[in-house]
Amino acid sequence: MDNLQSLSASALKAIESAKSSQELEQLRVQFLGKKGSFTEQLKALGALPVEQRPAAGAVINQAKELVLAALAERKRIFEEADAELQLATQQLDVTLPGRRQSIGGLHPVTRTIERIEAIFAGAGFRTVEGPEIEDDYHNFEALNIPEQHPARAMHDTFYFDATTLLRTHTSTVQVRVMETTQPPIKIICPGRVYRCDSDMTHTPMFHQVEGLLIDEKASFADLKGLIAEFLQVFFEADLAVRFRPSYFPFTEPSAEVDVQCVSCKGKGCRVCSQTGWLEVLGCGMVHPKVLAKSNIDPEKYTGFAFGMGVDRLAMLRYQINDLRMLFENDLRFLQQFH
Amino acid sequence: MKFSECWLREWVNPALGTDELIKLLTMAGLEVDSIDQAAAQFSGVVVGEVLSTTKHPDAEKLSVCEVSDGKEVLQVVCGASNVRAGLKVPFAKIGAILSTELKIKKAKLRGIESNGMLCSATELGLAEESDGLFELPSTAPTGANIRKYLQLDDVVIDVDLTPNRGDCLSIAGLAREVGVLTRTDITPPQISSVAASISDTFNVELSDPLDCPRYLGRIIRNINPDAQTPLWMEEKLRRSGLRPIDPVVDVTNFVLLELGQPMHAFDFGKLEGGIRVRRASQDEKLVLLDGKEVKLTPNTLVIADHQKAIAMAGIMGGKQTAVGPKTTQIFLESAFFAPLAIAGRARSYGMHTDAAHRYERGVDYNLAPIAMERATALLLEIVGGQAGPVIEAKATLPVIPPVTLRAQRIEALLGMSLPADEVNDILLRLGLQQVSADMDKATWSIPSWRFDLSIEADLIEECARVYGYDKLPVTYSQTSLSLQHQPERITPLKSIRSACVGLGYQEVVTYSFVEPELAEILALNKEDAITLANPISQDMSVMRSNLWPGLILTLKHNQNRQQTRMRLFESGLVFSKKDNEITQTIKVGCLIWGAHQQEQWATKERDVDFFDIKGDAETILSLTHALEEFSFQPGKHPALQPGQSAQIYRQGMAVGWIGALHPKIIQALDVPGKVYLLELDYELIKPGNVAVVTELSRFPLVRRDLALTVDKAVSAGSIHDLLKKTAGSDLKELIIFDLYEGQNIAAGKKSLALGLTFQHPSRTLADAEINPIIDNCINALAATFNAELRK
Repeated sequence: MDNLQSLSASALKAIESAKSSQELEQLRVQFLGKKGSFTEQLKALGALPVEQRPAAGAVINQAKELVLAALAERKRIFEEADAELQLATQQLDVTLPGRRQSIGGLHPVTRTIERIEAIFAGAGFRTVEGPEIEDDYHNFEALNIPEQHPARAMHDTFYFDATTLLRTHTSTVQVRVMETTQPPIKIICPGRVYRCDSDMTHTPMFHQVEGLLIDEKASFADLKGLIAEFLQVFFEADLAVRFRPSYFPFTEPSAEVDVQCVSCKGKGCRVCSQTGWLEVLGCGMVHPKVLAKSNIDPEKYTGFAFGMGVDRLAMLRYQINDLRMLFENDLRFLQQFH
Repeated sequence: MKFSECWLREWVNPALGTDELIKLLTMAGLEVDSIDQAAAQFSGVVVGEVLSTTKHPDAEKLSVCEVSDGKEVLQVVCGASNVRAGLKVPFAKIGAILSTELKIKKAKLRGIESNGMLCSATELGLAEESDGLFELPSTAPTGANIRKYLQLDDVVIDVDLTPNRGDCLSIAGLAREVGVLTRTDITPPQISSVAASISDTFNVELSDPLDCPRYLGRIIRNINPDAQTPLWMEEKLRRSGLRPIDPVVDVTNFVLLELGQPMHAFDFGKLEGGIRVRRASQDEKLVLLDGKEVKLTPNTLVIADHQKAIAMAGIMGGKQTAVGPKTTQIFLESAFFAPLAIAGRARSYGMHTDAAHRYERGVDYNLAPIAMERATALLLEIVGGQAGPVIEAKATLPVIPPVTLRAQRIEALLGMSLPADEVNDILLRLGLQQVSADMDKATWSIPSWRFDLSIEADLIEECARVYGYDKLPVTYSQTSLSLQHQPERITPLKSIRSACVGLGYQEVVTYSFVEPELAEILALNKEDAITLANPISQDMSVMRSNLWPGLILTLKHNQNRQQTRMRLFESGLVFSKKDNEITQTIKVGCLIWGAHQQEQWATKERDVDFFDIKGDAETILSLTHALEEFSFQPGKHPALQPGQSAQIYRQGMAVGWIGALHPKIIQALDVPGKVYLLELDYELIKPGNVAVVTELSRFPLVRRDLALTVDKAVSAGSIHDLLKKTAGSDLKELIIFDLYEGQNIAAGKKSLALGLTFQHPSRTLADAEINPIIDNCINALAATFNAELRK
């Protein structure tokens, strides 16, 4: 038995100091192999009296189990170290840039239109688009701007012939919708519009979003609420909004809407020409003649319309200081919106 | 309209500072555009009197003057040619500050001491340029502060009036408005009739009484042609942006600004027979005051005498009958022309005048007699002479029908009710008269100066405007909550744009009108082009018939800015015309050029090719869930390279084009490298399918590969279609995984490697089932395309 104890101790010690899995294998053979020391011990059991064999066998097996466990534990340590060595050879420079697929981007005008659409969609406004080459009727007549109206001088119109033109505003779309739809109507109409004007602050093509709400009870107070809220949501700021009387042939009463300067918050700066206010929108109650021309009963229904310059809103929001940049399509500019 | 604040305050003087006045006007719909000081910020300048002048001993052009400043006499050296004894001029004394650069100090000019400076109008910031000293009237009090004397502490306010507010195009109109807004009374100047001192009259006929229902004339004889316009009037004109011309013209301009009535003075000596207000005859010629000759059309109203046209009515007078330096007899005109008779006429001749601007917006039809008296009185005071009686030809004046205003309608439109007292006060001050009233409505007559008030909503606007838009309530619309249709089978344009962005494309927004030459070489049918009648410039004169001109211009713009690769897209309308029928179609266009990927360490660099853009096209089309409905077939487009271009079809319907930009165009446009283009018709690609899921098979996939050799001319598409037909319903996927030409392949042949994947929904496919299918495929390929299996 003393022999078994010292055998166990030397086996465990040898396992502990083994330097490699090969050495460990040799130790396994040496102690537990067919001719190993423990096997020899078990074989020696035969020399004991029968009644002593089970107890003695159990002791040997116990010692053997301990050695086996030590072997397994030691082996696991070697394997782990091996695996780590293996992984070390596969090390990457993770700071190298990724194999990236470059992504594109939307033009800031589209971004702005989509943003406006999303804001109004939340309030149930449907987006409608219309033709850009229009007839005189939809661009002017139906909007209460007859042939000789002075307001025509304010619309520097591009013509193809006497009655065909490029729309000067997206208000044309509200006419087309009113012609075919009975109230309630809640739409916004984004799109390109054209005026024969080109300088620092005008491009011959620009973008508007027209909005129209017609219902049995739509009032100027509702218009004020919607527009003020829209501007605050759009600019994500609690900006003051003011309504000034103005004139559009297709609305009565009409208003121009100023929002507190987004740049200086009303203190006066270059962006707002020191006034503290930015003119961003025109609106009003739909003129009864405009309703009647499109077969909507102005006694039963009232409505309001509003129109905003998308390019200007985009410029204010993204601090673009030159309108013409929007149409130069310089990638160094456009990629700033990625 | 520009006006002097001091002038306005002569008429109405509410207890408001300048800033408050400006805010008041702006918030009432009379938007103030700009505010300028009436004069430069100078100090130390008084009315000086030149007592004597002598020539400077050493300088030809200088005079040595004795000038009184009211207290003492000072020696001043002056270089102006109009300096003379007795003249009153602005005198900048020692210590005066004319500008930050010009401070007046004692100085010696060529050895002679000078104690101050005599000033021109320019030096005081009163004129852009001036010729010599600013001559003050002999009545100017010597020694008086020039700022006080000329009322220079004044501002010029420019209001941007909307076209409906023609009634505010005068001091009188603005004063009326300010009076209403501040509830202040107005103090207009006294205007009384000037009795005739001679009996001369002149015949006036109204040939077109609808266009001109009222024409007043008056002869004034023996005026002094050498008279000067008084300084106070010149200053008022100047501050309103008008240049003083001569006393007669200045008086008519003054009355225009003061009362809003355009007037004209003819040289009576040049008029023959009498006045006829008539339509011009076709091509009738008239030389205008500004020297321009116009050829008139019959829609233009003219003032004529019995021989000739002498003025474009309400627009501009003629040169031949204009008053001049020798005129001593004048015929003064004050008329009402109907807005519709004048509207648009000036513009149609390329003109814009103060008179036309007012007439087309509407001039008070009761104003002409008042203005005539005002002008006569001013003229007699300034140029003297004897006035004849007022001659008036009158037909039916416009009738502005009364308007009924319902209390309930105010509430419906504004979202609040206004007290009846408030409404009445506002409308009365605006000059309306209540014709009748009962419980909940009142009828109002409209004053002769308000052409913009014709319906109930107009009156409601006036009430809201004067009450104050900012005082109206803010509420939130209570409209119906009905939901919008969202047809899922329709691919929104927004999704296509998002897909493009995901594929690396940058969206651009380019002009819808392009250069005709560029549009033409890129067009499918150049005959279909639509041309603007009045383009802003030649290079923006034709409507785009596809999206490629804008994309290519953007490419060039950015190539010139050292970009090395580009993926661009745009969506929008394109335009064409067939048999005079205009079509406007939404298209999506893409362009790729340059390196396939941004330069990087991990991928071999290569340039983009046809299959890059085709892959992107397929990705976009797959948004429909109906990609198999689309096919690409070789096609000829004038802008695309033959053999590297295809027309895209959807079940037989052409929906787009794809291909390499034609090398000839590449050369012509001087683009380095190959460019690939795509254009899809959005309306035709947007319908699609809503996904319907099939059950997943639990059984294994079986893959068989075929390597074929075929003639080069045999298209992959036709092989694909044949296999799809032949391989039966268990074929789940068919891919082409290799294409090879060259070594080991006979000339004129190519090798294609195809992978066929089979799967059965409910059982494992055995070789015994697959093999005959593959054999069928091989046989069909051999029979149809003479394809050989590669060994």
